[in-house]
Formats: sequence, structure tokens, C-alpha cells
Amino acid sequence: MITATEPNYSFAAALAEFESRLDGGRPWLRELRQAALARFLERGFPTTRDEDWRFTNVSVLQRTPFRPAGVCDSPAQRATLLALPWDVGGEQLILVNGRYAPDLSTLSAENGVRCGSLASALATGDGELEDHLAQYADYMDCSFVALNTAFIADGAYVRIPRRHVAERPLHIVHISVPGEAPSMVHPRTLVLVDDEAQASIVESYISLGEGTSFTNAVTELVVGERAQLRHYKLAREALGTYHIGTVQIHQKRDSEVLSHCITLGGGLVRHNINSVLAGAGGHCRLLGLYLVGGDQHVDNHLRVEHVAPHCDSREVFKGILEGRARAVFTGRIVVHRGAQQTDAKQTNKNLMLSGEAQVDSKPQLEIHADDVKCTHGATIGQIDRDALFYLRSRGLSEAAARSLLVYAFASESLAQVEIESLRRRLQRELADRLPQGEFLEALS
Amino acid sequence: MLVIENLHVAVDGQEILKGVDLMVGAGEVHSIMGPNGSGKSTLAQVIAGRDTYQITAGRILYRGRDLTELSPEERACEGIFMAFQYPVEIPGVSTSYFLRSALNAQRKYRGLEEVDALDFLTLVKERIRLLGMDERLLNRALNEGFSGGEKKRNEIFQLAVLEPRLAILDETDSGLDIDALKVVADGVNRLRSPERALVVVTHYQRLLNYIVPDYVHVLAGGRIVRSGGKELALELEQRGYGWLSDEQAIEAVAGQAAAERAG
Repeated sequence: MITATEPNYSFAAALAEFESRLDGGRPWLRELRQAALARFLERGFPTTRDEDWRFTNVSVLQRTPFRPAGVCDSPAQRATLLALPWDVGGEQLILVNGRYAPDLSTLSAENGVRCGSLASALATGDGELEDHLAQYADYMDCSFVALNTAFIADGAYVRIPRRHVAERPLHIVHISVPGEAPSMVHPRTLVLVDDEAQASIVESYISLGEGTSFTNAVTELVVGERAQLRHYKLAREALGTYHIGTVQIHQKRDSEVLSHCITLGGGLVRHNINSVLAGAGGHCRLLGLYLVGGDQHVDNHLRVEHVAPHCDSREVFKGILEGRARAVFTGRIVVHRGAQQTDAKQTNKNLMLSGEAQVDSKPQLEIHADDVKCTHGATIGQIDRDALFYLRSRGLSEAAARSLLVYAFASESLAQVEIESLRRRLQRELADRLPQGEFLEALS
Repeated sequence: MLVIENLHVAVDGQEILKGVDLMVGAGEVHSIMGPNGSGKSTLAQVIAGRDTYQITAGRILYRGRDLTELSPEERACEGIFMAFQYPVEIPGVSTSYFLRSALNAQRKYRGLEEVDALDFLTLVKERIRLLGMDERLLNRALNEGFSGGEKKRNEIFQLAVLEPRLAILDETDSGLDIDALKVVADGVNRLRSPERALVVVTHYQRLLNYIVPDYVHVLAGGRIVRSGGKELALELEQRGYGWLSDEQAIEAVAGQAAAERAG
């Protein structure tokens, strides 16, 4: 029985209210939501006694009475949103407080590509959604996935048909506009890249205003045989935002995935990035960059499952920490029995710009096959004194030399962003955040 | 141009230079030779401004100014350049970008206009050819993945672009084969002029066949134990450093005996 003292009551109540506003919906979806809610109420939020959450305390989420974010219909806010530069050289699918915003989006139907609101796809009764939605990100496994699944209503749905090579990137922008009271959004994204298709997708999470908000995102990426996907996730919400996001990747035979997660904003950020190499010959590259300061906390929690043989995976996460920022990195590689010839490599490098910043880096290998190559490494260091002296001895000021070294450390990761306009924008943003940034502009 | 007086330098409390005196005039080429661990590199790095070394006594004057007042970048802007024994790899920064920033920082300091991208490109392409280096190195990250020889050439290439007043080569010859050595020496010789001074720090005499010094100094045990003309280098080549340490040992024993007597 749920009582008013039950800590998760607010979520149950919020969901009841939320469901009452939905007009019926599909029976399978209703069942899915109910099951996910039941699971969430059963598990509750994780605590730091939970090994996977040892270094990231989310008790604040339980203490805060979040309500589902309302519709953002203030003309002033819409106007602000319209004026923001989303363009990365392709189409834009924009969601405000979890709802598809057709007036802000620019979508044109490429041959056979489906791209639009999840709500309208659900409304048209698409059988493929029932086959795929919530089939990869397991709500039994993770409270946050359960909570997101319980709140599924709208979001982004993309399907690239077989053999289609998308020419231009798609930018999915999740905007949260917090109100006066703490609000929450549960953005949901489903991307299906069918066999031999190729696509490039950017997901940006931003917030407008400084209010307290909770973004609980789940993105499922399903990549078919010999298909290729480039996925970039940019987390750049305001400091009042708690961002918990799951990216769940499912790869079939000979597929190739790059998922690059860049964290520039958010007060408390946790990325769960899970990849399942389900078919032989798959390539998976998970990259990350986090640039945090002040009291920001960022936790990248990766799990790569080598289920099939002959797959390779690479994880390279780099971080720059200032102030009292804290970063956590967990890289778990699981090699299943039979996943022979697995080649997995994991690296986490941290550059500490302050004595008060803190990093916990934890590689975990779990290997049940005997013919595999798995390596991991982590470094935590300050700016290299030799490098600093070298640059200064050529005439660069100490501030410029420092900025150049920080920039260089991060730009190694940004250089892997294949969309040129996005890469340049990120490089410029990085330069702007550093002292003497204008001097670095020419680098990008 | 450079006057070093009774220079004592320590690192982590251990004294490495124990009273070095040296005078280098404009237009001169000096070679500092000596066995490993004699303090040659320390001397070079102290002149360039490395802060891991503490000057415990004595001073370094450069064009009449006390160098210790200047940061490494100010020294560079005043025209001091050291070619590193171990050039640092800096991933993520292209050689050409780095060098243009350095050149412009120096020009700005001297009140000159910055060079634009086009003029800079013309300049570096000309200089890089002189050193027989592949132009593509310009776009590669600074020293990253360069071979030992490429790194050393890259130092001399930077020297050729920055055109300092006082250049110090710290063991530039180590790791170079004879062809590369000749190319590097050619590059350095081209820069010789009545306004410029050069200090060549080396363990071996080999480089001095190509960069012929006016003066040779032998550093041993943290002190200059002998100075002479270029013939001294040849003598060292034939006899090694052993005979010097014998002489030093005798001096040291004599000194100790004197101290004991005094005590």
C-alpha cells in the first residue's frame, strides 16, 4: 500500500496524474508502464550502498518533490528557443519538456526514413514499436530506466530503412524548461538503424533557466547487420539540473557504432552507457569527454557486453576537472562464454586543474572466454611541467601555455567528432571556457 | 652578451653547479663539453629558466640584465632559445600552430606586428626545406610520434624560424646519424652572425667538426675545469675525459688535505 510517507509516493502520484491525462493509449503500452512503475516502486532509488552507485549519491532525487514538467507555451520562451542555433548541418527534431515541438523542428522526409514524435508513432499503432520500444533498456535492471519507462508518452522515434545512407546528421534536441517548482522530464528516444543502413545522430540535452529539474533520459539504439551509426550525446544543462541518462546500444553482426558522450553542463550527471555486441564481427567505440568545475559531479558508467565472438570494443573517456568537481568512471567489460577473439580496450584519463577536484576511476573486467584480448588503463594527473616549460621556453605566457595544454588534452577527444560544424562549435566553446581562449580560436 | 659569474645551482638540495664562470660575446660560438652528470644540461636549462633548479649563489647576466628576474617566456622574448635534449611530445597541438603562436608572442613582446597565416606559411616552408624535413610534419601534433632524429631536427627548425640572439643547443647531436647531423649543423651555421651567439652543449666532439666553435670549455664536477680553443675538443676526443678527472681528483685530494690541515 502506498501511503503519504512512502518516499516514492510523489512519483506514483505523479504517474497516476500523468496517466489520467493520457487518452487511453495502447494496452501493451499501458501494461509496460504499469510493470515499469511496479518495478520502480519495488526497487526505489539506488543508494551509495549499491556498488554501481557507490560514488554517486542520488538521495536528493528522492527528497525533492519533482512534478512532471508542464507544457512550455510562454511565447517569450518559445521565441528564445526559436532563436537558439541548433543547426549541425542536418534536420532538427526538437522536444520541449519531453514533447515534440513541430514549430521548432525542421524535418523533411528522406526516402523511407521515419523521424518524428514518438507519441504520434504510438498513436498510429505501429507494430514495430511494440517489438522494439523498451526491449533493450531493461527496466528490471535499473530504477531510472523503470521510472522513464513508466512515464513513456512522447519522445523521438527514428528508423533508417535497410541500405539507406543518411546524408546529413539528425539533431535531436531535448530542452527542459524548469518552472518555479522542481520539475522532471523523462525523454525517450528510440533509433532503429536497419541492416546496411548508415546514420549520424546528435542528441543534445539543454535547459532554459536555472530552476531545479530532473532529466531522466533513456535512448535505445538498435543497429542492424553491417549497419553503421554515429551517435553524439551532448549534456549541457544548467547547474540546477540532475541528469540521469541511459544509452542502450544493441549491435547485430558486423555493425559499427560510435557513441560519443560529451558533458559540459548539469549539476549532477550520470551516464549509463551500455552496449551489447550481440552479433559476430561488431565494432563498438564509446568515447567521452567531461569538462566540469565548481561543485559539478559527473559519473560515466559503462558496460560493454561481448556476447558474440570476433567483436572489438574501445572505450576512451577523458576528463578535465576544476574547482571541487568530482568525476566517476566505471568501465565494465563482460566477455561472455563463447565470445572468443574479443578485443576490448578501455582508457580513462583525467586532468586535474585543482587540488580539490576528485576522481574515482574503476575498470572492471569480467571474462568467461579464454581467447580474448582485454586491456584497461586509467591516469589521473596534473598539467605536465615539462610540457609547460617547453611551451614557455618558446615565448608563450604561462596562462597561454596552460590553456593550450588543456585544450590539446580535450581536443584529442573532440577531433573524433566527425560532423565538422559540431566539432568546430565544440572546439570554440572549449576555447571560450579557457583563459586566453581567443588565442586558441585559430587552432580549431 | 651572456655573463655567468660564480653560478651555484642546486636541485632538491643537491648542488650540481659549483661555481661556474663563463662569458659569451656576440658572434661567438662556445662549446660546453663534459662527461655525463657534469652539469652541462643543468647549465643550459638554468639559462632557459627551468624552475626546478635553484640558483643558490652567483648570477647570470644577459645583455646586462639579471636573468633570474625573467620568466622563461620573457627570456624567449628577449631572444634566448634552448634546443631541448628531450623535446616534449604535445599531442593535440600542431607544430605549425604552436610555432606561429610562439613567433607572434615574441613579436608582440618586441612591439612588432603579428605575422599572418600566409606569410608564416611562406617562412616555415622555406626553413623546413633547409632542414630537409617533410612539410607534413608541420600539420602533425608537436613531436608526437616523431623519431628521435625528427625531434632534434624540429628543435633546429624552430630555432631557424624564431631566430634568437642567443641559442643554446643541449645535446642536439645525440640520436642523430651522420647525415642528419650535417643537415642540422648546416641549419645552425646558416644562423651564425656577428649579432648572434651560440652555446653548444655536447658530450662528443663529433658535432664540433661541423659547427666549429671559437671556444671550448670542459665542465666536470659542476665547474669549468678547462677552457681553450677548438683544439681542446680534439684533445678530449683523443684522450677522453678520464685525464681531466685524474687531474681533478688530485686537486680534490690536495684541497681536502689542505682543509684538514687548516682544521
